Amino acid sequence: MKRILTALGLLMPLLAVASAEVQEAVLDNGLKVLVKTDRRAPIVTSQVWYKVGSSYEHGGITGVSHVLEHMMFKGTEKLAPGEFSRIIAENGGDENAFTGRDYTAYFQTLAKDRLEVAFELEAERMRHLLLPEEEFLKELEVVKEERRMRTEDDPEALTSEQFDATAYEASPYRIPVIGWATDLEHMEVRDLRDWYRKWYAPNNATLVVVGDVDPPEVFALARKHFGPLASEPVAEPKPRQEPDQRGEKRIRVKAPAKEPYLIMGYKATALGHSTEDWEPYAIEMLVSVLDGGASSRFSRELVRESRIAASAGAGYSPFARLPEMLVLEGTPAKGHGVEDLENAFLEQVERVRNELVDERELARIRTQLVAAKVYERDSVYAQALQLGLLESLGLGWPLADEYIEHLSRVTPEQIREVARKYLVPDGLTVAVLDPQPMDDKKRRPPATGGLKHVR
Amino acid sequence: MFVDAWRTFAPLCGLLALASITPAWAAPKIESWETGNGARVLFVTAPDLPILDIRLAFDAGSARDGERSGLAALTSAMLSQGAGEWDANALAERLESVGASLGTGSQRDMAFVSLRTLTEKEPMDTALDTLAAVVAEPRFDQADFDRVRENTLVGLRQDEQDPGTVGTKALYRAIFGDHPYAADPGGTLESVGKLGRERLVEHHRRYYVARNAVVAMVGALTRDEAEAVAERVTAGLAPGERAPSPPPVPEPREARRVEIDFPSSQTHIYVGQPGMQRDDPDYFPLYVGNHILGGNGLVSLLMDEVREKRGLSYSVYSYFLPMAQRGPFLMGLQTKNDQAELARGVLMDTLTRFRDRGPTEQELAAAIKNITGGFPLRIASNAKIVEYLAMIGFYRLPLDYLDVFTERVSAVTAEDIRDAFRRRLDPKRFVTVIVGPREGQVAEAR
Repeated sequence: MKRILTALGLLMPLLAVASAEVQEAVLDNGLKVLVKTDRRAPIVTSQVWYKVGSSYEHGGITGVSHVLEHMMFKGTEKLAPGEFSRIIAENGGDENAFTGRDYTAYFQTLAKDRLEVAFELEAERMRHLLLPEEEFLKELEVVKEERRMRTEDDPEALTSEQFDATAYEASPYRIPVIGWATDLEHMEVRDLRDWYRKWYAPNNATLVVVGDVDPPEVFALARKHFGPLASEPVAEPKPRQEPDQRGEKRIRVKAPAKEPYLIMGYKATALGHSTEDWEPYAIEMLVSVLDGGASSRFSRELVRESRIAASAGAGYSPFARLPEMLVLEGTPAKGHGVEDLENAFLEQVERVRNELVDERELARIRTQLVAAKVYERDSVYAQALQLGLLESLGLGWPLADEYIEHLSRVTPEQIREVARKYLVPDGLTVAVLDPQPMDDKKRRPPATGGLKHVR
Repeated sequence: MFVDAWRTFAPLCGLLALASITPAWAAPKIESWETGNGARVLFVTAPDLPILDIRLAFDAGSARDGERSGLAALTSAMLSQGAGEWDANALAERLESVGASLGTGSQRDMAFVSLRTLTEKEPMDTALDTLAAVVAEPRFDQADFDRVRENTLVGLRQDEQDPGTVGTKALYRAIFGDHPYAADPGGTLESVGKLGRERLVEHHRRYYVARNAVVAMVGALTRDEAEAVAERVTAGLAPGERAPSPPPVPEPREARRVEIDFPSSQTHIYVGQPGMQRDDPDYFPLYVGNHILGGNGLVSLLMDEVREKRGLSYSVYSYFLPMAQRGPFLMGLQTKNDQAELARGVLMDTLTRFRDRGPTEQELAAAIKNITGGFPLRIASNAKIVEYLAMIGFYRLPLDYLDVFTERVSAVTAEDIRDAFRRRLDPKRFVTVIVGPREGQVAEAR
């Protein structure tokens, strides 16, 4: 602990401001309930997180977690299709849902006296979803439209999808969250029924409540509405470990576009997978050195000084169920090609492999981390998101307050060590968007637009 | 973000997501005064967190661009690229070493500079001095200007890859014709390519002045401290003059259909016409009516007809964007190419039916419950409140605007909505923009 205190120095008191007590209870049926009191506004956010997402899927049914998420609004034993949303709306609530690689989450934000409305509805659809065939067929068309909008017609998203599918081999992170077009085309309602039965149970979920509430009352309400739900045997997903990459991979993605785009990813590690616990944190600090704001190396050196990049970014999250990549991406500035940008990224990589990061850079990043944690307190939604995410990844919610200390402990030597270990040529995948003319009639998708025709 | 796939898009209408009041919770108490040089200040004290949010709003958006489309946006983008004694690198380092974040942006009416900082003395002092320089003494160094302009051009070319962006830009051009609101704030490849740094200096000198500014602040300050902060961040601004109102938006002439050939798997459809002003007498009936028609996320008539009943589109919405002069009313959706005309038909039928019949009593009651019941959510964070303050100050709305909002919403009747929609939207004069593959479709479409 002493080392942490030294690293954070004067920032420690601020961090204390940013943290607040979380109370935890586990119901008899296995549902974990987390409650954090925040009385700044008379509102409450309620989120139900299921441990299932696209990384739990296999070929042939990709996208099923996300389609099921859509169908959760389409009727239960007691609720007609759409009634869930109408009731929340009439109670002044704000609601939505999202699907990721490792989780599917549903949330409502309401005036604090309406929490029970959310509990009643969420408990109902946790175990009593109907999945009517005719609703499914319509909603599947909506999801196909969503895929066309997000992926087919967005050249950078298309490149990113193919990049993941190329980089990962055994890891299910190769699967796009929205699913492959052909799997959506052939999805059947029984695929959803099987998926729902397999993963939607109180013992595979976390209920997170943040707002102007008293924990004992929330626990009592949770017991009343979720307590009667039966638990279900839930199998652990298989490991599906990514084999060591044995050499660089490289693809070009041709699509109608005006500007090129470059993605470079190095296979990295994640919390719970690394030989040393600090490694994922060191990688995240490394990414912040490269792209943690307008004073980071990419903004300063690649955008403002050498002017090779119109935009340049770096990304990595230690919070994932399975190892992810450290990803560098960007668009070259005028007068430069993607090759120039790639070389500039490689030079940056060489530098972090060879030179120690300046202590002042790390000090600035630590300050930004603490400030961001304080700013997070302005939103009950963001606070609940952190808790739900960490719990769903199996990392445990206490990390929400601890991870800044872990990051602050990272040394320049550790950053150089992870750079040398993970930023290696044989672990690299490169994808380049190769812009094709926008008015080339031969390359167009057909006017009939059926998904099965889209390549 | 961690989130990969949302179930729906929130319609992009931040200013429209207006608050209302339930009797149990009062709106935040807004204090207002002027700085010594004439900037209007709106302040709400929020002592719970050691945070200060400031938003400086200038009447300096693209409505002031004239022939030089993109000028206001480029001026705004240059503010953070060096100011006072700090170049772009020094400026970024100063702010980030104290954990502050600075944002700039420029729309049609408003240009803004926003700052979020911790309220501990040293970080706050550094952040405030930097902000003061950014608004009053931007350097507009030639080399930085050249770089930002080139990267803006890259962004404009990327816009041309996106059928949605292509469509909305075309819609504004068609709705507003010769009016300044027609141009996209980002400008065009041609207009931005011709901009010179001296134009930015001029734009800044004319419009970034105290009498043309609103200072919105929310944070852990006392009134005295807030007054000192407001003086400090505006200290370098010349008093100047308030910008004149933009010209009124002309009436639409006749229905127009714009078709844009685009190599996409979906056809994007946008429909619109001039809508309402920020201080419009029909504001409340139009706002509540639109909430029912297509304004309320997952629960609206358009969502029901287009998505829930027919599975035609992932996102469908309508909104009025109230501006200094009449901003647009617009509707949008996107669907696979071979069902574009079907979807357009459902969109127009739903609008026409709603315009003719107005809402049912049930629909109206549900909408009022949603808006009033959701009021505490809309003012639940400092980040949200500061945006309201900037909007209220910028458009000179009464300071009790939030206090009376619920009453005004609750007082709207079904007949008010029907009457306002019939008077304000003319189905014979809508502009329709269709973006998608056009070959072999045009004849059939017409």
